[in-house]
Amino acid sequence: MDKVNDLYNMTPPGIDWMIIMPVLVACVTGLVAFLWMSLQKERDTTPMVLTTLVGMAVSAYTAFAQINFSNASTFANMAMRDSMSSILQFSLAVICFIVVLFSDAYLKQKQIAFREFYPLTVWATAGAMIMVSTQNLLMMFIGLEVLSISLYVMAGMSRYEQKSEESAMKYFLLGAFASAFFLYGIAFIYGATGSTNLDQIAVAYATGNREMLGLLVFGTILMLIGLSFKAAFVPFHQWTPDVYQGAPTNVTAFMAAASKVAAIGALFRVLIAAAPLQSYWMPAMFWIAILTMTIPNLLALVQKDVKRVLGFSSIANAGYVLVAILAAVKSGSNNYATVCIYLVGYSLMTLGSFAVISLTAKQGKEGTSFEDLNGLWKRSPLAAGTLVIFLASLIGIPPTGGFFGKLLIFQDAVGAHLTPLAIVLAVNSVISVYYYLRIALAAMVVDDEGEKTVSAPMTPGLQSACIICATGVIAMLFLISPLQSVLHR
Amino acid sequence: MASVPFSWYLALGLFMFTTGAVGVIVRRNPVVVFMCIELMLNAVNLTFLTFSRYSPTPLVASRLASDQWMGGQMAVIFVMAVAAAEVAVGLGIIMAIYRLRNDVDVDELSELRG
Amino acid sequence: MNPLPLPLPFPVTGNQVGFLMLAGLAMLMSIGVVVMKSPVRAAMCLVLNFFVLAFIYFTLNAQMLGITQIMVYAGAIMVLFLFVVMLLKSHAPAFNKEKIDFKPAVAVPLGLAMFVMIGSQVIWPLRSMSTIKADNSYGGPQAIAKVLFTDYVYPFEIISILLLVGVVGSVLLAKRKV
Repeated sequence: MDKVNDLYNMTPPGIDWMIIMPVLVACVTGLVAFLWMSLQKERDTTPMVLTTLVGMAVSAYTAFAQINFSNASTFANMAMRDSMSSILQFSLAVICFIVVLFSDAYLKQKQIAFREFYPLTVWATAGAMIMVSTQNLLMMFIGLEVLSISLYVMAGMSRYEQKSEESAMKYFLLGAFASAFFLYGIAFIYGATGSTNLDQIAVAYATGNREMLGLLVFGTILMLIGLSFKAAFVPFHQWTPDVYQGAPTNVTAFMAAASKVAAIGALFRVLIAAAPLQSYWMPAMFWIAILTMTIPNLLALVQKDVKRVLGFSSIANAGYVLVAILAAVKSGSNNYATVCIYLVGYSLMTLGSFAVISLTAKQGKEGTSFEDLNGLWKRSPLAAGTLVIFLASLIGIPPTGGFFGKLLIFQDAVGAHLTPLAIVLAVNSVISVYYYLRIALAAMVVDDEGEKTVSAPMTPGLQSACIICATGVIAMLFLISPLQSVLHR
Repeated sequence: MASVPFSWYLALGLFMFTTGAVGVIVRRNPVVVFMCIELMLNAVNLTFLTFSRYSPTPLVASRLASDQWMGGQMAVIFVMAVAAAEVAVGLGIIMAIYRLRNDVDVDELSELRG
Repeated sequence: MNPLPLPLPFPVTGNQVGFLMLAGLAMLMSIGVVVMKSPVRAAMCLVLNFFVLAFIYFTLNAQMLGITQIMVYAGAIMVLFLFVVMLLKSHAPAFNKEKIDFKPAVAVPLGLAMFVMIGSQVIWPLRSMSTIKADNSYGGPQAIAKVLFTDYVYPFEIISILLLVGVVGSVLLAKRKV
């Protein structure tokens, strides 16, 4: 009983509420929106939209305010703060904000009457925030599940559409399968280190214990398999295009941005912690990075559906970020800056593209093939114009955020002696020009058929979402050096 | 059961985990696929508990005092809670898809093709 | 503990025989989940597997979790499973058909490879070790409660959000009127 009694006499440590404030605000916002929904009889969504927008703005502010704070942790190391966690939490809150902005109009056009969408999105954001702001694997797993379970439901939200339900089921079964692998990896790490904290991996490896090595290596590999499913690296990506195509467009936007930011943030932390073991996992991750950049770009060339194309594009982008992560870990600099900057830029351009595509939904119908975009330029120049900016950024044309992100990754990769990866990245950027241009051209073409295709009117929410994303993509130019100075500290 | 080597427990966990993984790939009925995933989660729970009781290493000074022998049990509790939420949502999705078509076969989900 | 007087080339204790019986049953049942054609039978195998696992938890002195295993898994979760299986069985005629195709030929070698890999690299090196690190009371409700509500209070609270998501989500997916 001694150990137990020691524990009873422990004084509880003080809690630094500031560290969990972004998560806390998000959870409470979700609860308020949920209560509002339950109490309100009429189907007016305005109060809920406003609640979630205000809540996410506050959450984003509390994360942003902490960017320059010193590193700290609270709740017995369950929650921690460093500049990476603050920046990623900030961008997650902004992602949620933008998704909610254009969701209202889309859900009305699509005739999805579930107001539960708002609390679920906010809770999913809270889960994603937890994932990027912890060193504890158990906590990371719980954050991952809050995010994933909300997303399973949201993917199946369009109840009358078979493809929506199918995408929910595919996503659910593969997500749960991946979670099991991730958990088994955690169990092995726990066995080897006696702790679920990531920083113990290096400690356990340093003891040089032969018996432990197997547990550590296979624990890391299993965790990487689980996270690769979530971040959709090749060969664990098969679910992505199907799910992206089938889910409602606003949910796809959230999935492509938030769940990717969270999964990659968590993967980065795991890889940094497992850096002493890199002779075991680096070769595998090297090939995964090459495949993740190349295969989706080739597959995207032959697609007919814009959402599928953007799904493949998101896989390829995850591959680019993986290069930045590998370079940061290999060079030992653990340089957060490139990864964070690319993730921020990527989420803005992806969100913007999906926001524009959500315009194709009208009166319960939605067509997302290339032809359905025809005539967009004529119908709403703002949407088409911003779409061109987002696509230019995804291609990597100079004054946009995508270009600088890719440039930084390229520099990092060459600096870390990962030149083959840098070359594959450059080649893939060229390949991707073809399908991004196809989308842009489809939006610009005006033929007789294009005049006939219907599309929803622009609403203030959608307009502001497009403008915020486009401004962000262009303003990346001015944000890069302040971000780097904060993150390098 | 002091005389049972703890590697036996781990071997049982590994067996259940691989059986579950094979089941997920082989079976086509989504409810059964989901059962196989539950089997995998239980294998993980067993592994966590084994490592919670037995230590392969001499105890290291951990920052979390209780982690060394409680962490595994906490993990099991949280996995159970997560599994409960997952089951509720997962079976909800299966019911919803069944409402739209009187057939639930993982391989015949064919609306989504490239 | 003294070995049993059995005519075996290696000494076996009573505890080991007990464990092997439980483990054998658990393994048999987990195979049953995968090979049983009828979902009801697969579910029954899973219930039995969970039940046996609870006893294996008891042998690890994790009494609290053993009881939770019976109540949550064997009780609540499996009832939900069986409920859905019964509901779908009576309404969807296609529910019970299972086709045989190429997948077992791929999956079984893959599973075997994983078993051999992890078994030989991870578990085999640990075969001779058995240091008990936790004392016998580590699995009691007191010890668990104390840690759960101090060090692990943050994940505990987040789990409440997770369960809320589960409730809201399953109501959204299952309610009849959209």
